[in-house]
Amino acid sequence: MVKLNVNGKVVEVDATPDTPLLWALRDHAGLTGTKYGCGIAACGACTVHIDGQAIRSCITPLSALDDSQKIVTIEGLSPDGNHPVQVAWREMDVPQCGFCQSGMIMAAAALLAQTPRPTDEDINAAMTNICRCGTYNRVRAGIHQAARGGITG
Amino acid sequence: MAPLDNVASSRRGLLKGAAAGAVLFGFHLPPKEALGQAAPNGQVPEVNAWVVIHPDDRVVLRMARSEMGQGTRTGLAQMIAEELHCDWSKVGTEYVTPGESLRRNRVWGAFLTAGSQGIRQSQDYVRKGGAAARIMLIQAAANRWGVPAAECSAKDSVVTHGPSGRTLRYGEVAAEAARLTPPVEVPLKDPREWTVIGTSRPRLDTADKTTGKLVYGSDLRMPGMLVAVPRRCPVFGGKVRSIDRASAAAMPGVRHVLQVGDGAVAVVADTFWQAKTALDALKVEWDVGENGNVSSATIDARLTEGLDAAEAFVGNQNGDARAAIAGAARKIEAVYSYPFLNHAPMEPMNATVVWTPTRCDVWCPTQNGEAALAAAAQAAGLPQTACDIHRVDLGGGFGRRTTHDWLIDAVMIAKQVPGVPIKTMWTREEDMVQGRYHPVTKAKLTAGIDANGEITGLHMRISGQSILAYVFPNALQAGRDPVVFQGLNPTGNDSRIGYTFPNLLIDHAMRNTHVPPHFWRGVNHNQNAVYLECFLDEIAHATNQDPLALRRKLMANHPKHLAVLNAVAERIGWGTPPPAGVHRGIAQQMGFGSYVAAAAEVSVNDRGELRMHRIVAATDCGHAVNPRQIEMQVEGSFVYGLSALLYGECTVKDGAIEQTNFDTYNVLRMDEMPKVETIVMPSGDFWGGVGEPTIMVAAPAVLNAIFAATGKRIRSVPLKNQDLRRA
Repeated sequence: MVKLNVNGKVVEVDATPDTPLLWALRDHAGLTGTKYGCGIAACGACTVHIDGQAIRSCITPLSALDDSQKIVTIEGLSPDGNHPVQVAWREMDVPQCGFCQSGMIMAAAALLAQTPRPTDEDINAAMTNICRCGTYNRVRAGIHQAARGGITG
Repeated sequence: MAPLDNVASSRRGLLKGAAAGAVLFGFHLPPKEALGQAAPNGQVPEVNAWVVIHPDDRVVLRMARSEMGQGTRTGLAQMIAEELHCDWSKVGTEYVTPGESLRRNRVWGAFLTAGSQGIRQSQDYVRKGGAAARIMLIQAAANRWGVPAAECSAKDSVVTHGPSGRTLRYGEVAAEAARLTPPVEVPLKDPREWTVIGTSRPRLDTADKTTGKLVYGSDLRMPGMLVAVPRRCPVFGGKVRSIDRASAAAMPGVRHVLQVGDGAVAVVADTFWQAKTALDALKVEWDVGENGNVSSATIDARLTEGLDAAEAFVGNQNGDARAAIAGAARKIEAVYSYPFLNHAPMEPMNATVVWTPTRCDVWCPTQNGEAALAAAAQAAGLPQTACDIHRVDLGGGFGRRTTHDWLIDAVMIAKQVPGVPIKTMWTREEDMVQGRYHPVTKAKLTAGIDANGEITGLHMRISGQSILAYVFPNALQAGRDPVVFQGLNPTGNDSRIGYTFPNLLIDHAMRNTHVPPHFWRGVNHNQNAVYLECFLDEIAHATNQDPLALRRKLMANHPKHLAVLNAVAERIGWGTPPPAGVHRGIAQQMGFGSYVAAAAEVSVNDRGELRMHRIVAATDCGHAVNPRQIEMQVEGSFVYGLSALLYGECTVKDGAIEQTNFDTYNVLRMDEMPKVETIVMPSGDFWGGVGEPTIMVAAPAVLNAIFAATGKRIRSVPLKNQDLRRA
């Protein structure tokens, strides 16, 4: 039994230590907003925050975690779905199929928390997530828009 | 039937009626009852099959086509709402099931969502559905007041009696409207009167994609559900020789170790990770058969032989190209090739199935609900009337989810665990090696050039796979696959060539392989546009002509093709000096009923590194239902097409696909994405598609710009295999 701090709550997960955080979130905690895309940290669909840093949960085993680390998923990014990145995403109709967008939003939110006014180069370096629908230019515009709105979180 | 944990159960009534098979191209108008028939149970407040209006004025528009990111849901809703005169802020949508469609005599028409036809091939009947509902709502209000309907009008879900100013909300009269006889004549608005179609309405489904709330197939949960992870023999056509069940059966959470048909295995466990971990440990011996000897080299040799084979199917011919080339002052020849590609949607294949001896229900993302129903019923061993498909939005489709090999296996797994909800999920690795691939082809292009540098004849010989031969062999025309010639056809309103040559021969030597081909976003346009548009560029440079000027000479009879080409040339500043170090390329093509062109600006540095700075794209899709959605599809088409150009390649070793994940099947990322400027220029007298056309011109425009930058003509993609340093 592993104890995790997910979205401000302590969650007990009955899974083997090698289980990636992604699957603990999805299959044990019932938080399916975080997606499986590759399982090898190549696509970023599984991106969550650990202590404010964007990490790829598909290669982060439970053995590396305890309840001292604050894990935040897309479901816990904001209480009402109105994080500036989420607002910008809606205003600009960023998602297409949407499957990669939880990871995109979590990566963008972590970037803006550390770099409130990112340049295009900052965005290129931080946003390595794959989108097969091809939302990249709108993701970039959305990040700039959220930055203009100001990030408080 | 177990209720779902996290999705509302689809409505299901008594299922009866004749079985209908999958429809090849899905172009079937729904019967007239679509305009008026209310649901037999009377519980759903539907005015007709397309329009449901609740007492509180909420409007629910019914969807037969699937949403996979292309915006079809919003576009179709706009088309119904245009004629319905409803309050857009109260509009929602719902999927109908193919089982219910069967029961109601295919009232919703085709479910197939492919070929960029979701809008263009349902536009007429969905608008009529909205118009018929409006007529009935107005009539119901007029009846209530005892006045002629002609004195009433409707706007924003409110019916107004002009002379008296009285009003009734749609929600107040919907139940009465549903009982009226539907109108026989359903006139549609003149496009000049449109106020909803043609506007950039935000998507109806964005909010839940920003909060993680949208439930995709892989997110489904049901009480008692187990997760299955399958593995099929990595060599296509191979079979299971033996399974050492003990190697996995005792691992944590494992419930079943199954053989699936004769070519696959699966582990069923409490969670995905348990099932995957046990599957990785499971020892399976495969009988790969003769296909184990096939490699990319053997396939290439077969295709190369086809380039000069005596026999080939003709796709487009005028005059005598061979004679014209033989008699020409000069001959230009080049051989191009285009590889297998995987669709690689972000969401790997999955389906959740509950099978019992008398009933089979499936929840899954599919691009064709009706074909999914037919496949599920056959695999379940049950009539279609005892099955149904409950759709969820797709985490990407791109053509992969028009075929249902993954669904058939999921049903065959669930059938071995009766009554238990089984969510079958593929790993990314399974998705990569068990794809249905963009077909592999090569082409030899030969042009005769006269003493003045003019083209006297062109022969384009395509050699390679036929999609239809594998997917729909009954659709072959005396052995010939007409889909091979997309964008090269002499006539037609779908994919017509944009040039006139004095002598022309385009033919196809069909050379199939054991690697299953399929429709892949843009389909055969992808390589056909590379072949023709790059070869024309070669001719232009070899004859000291401007690539745009050469094309214009050949396009006099093709004004719509030319209009989009001119539009991008003007916007990119063709003929004016580009920024220092930047070089330009152009391309045009017609496909999926639309005309598109692109102009690219690229640079290549001394290390041979490509940078794509800017792409201008023009689209004439006849009518533009939602310009912003079109821009999104154009941008997305470039990402998909340029991903293929830069990185996309599936190779074959010992009969199996070598690329197993995004580390070996890389795709375009944000840092490589060019700026995209989209020109939407609907000329208004036809309905063209949007989801695919732009992909056709992505690669050739960039390849032509690379030649301008480097003097190197790239005839084999992807670029990752090429040295782009200046020759």
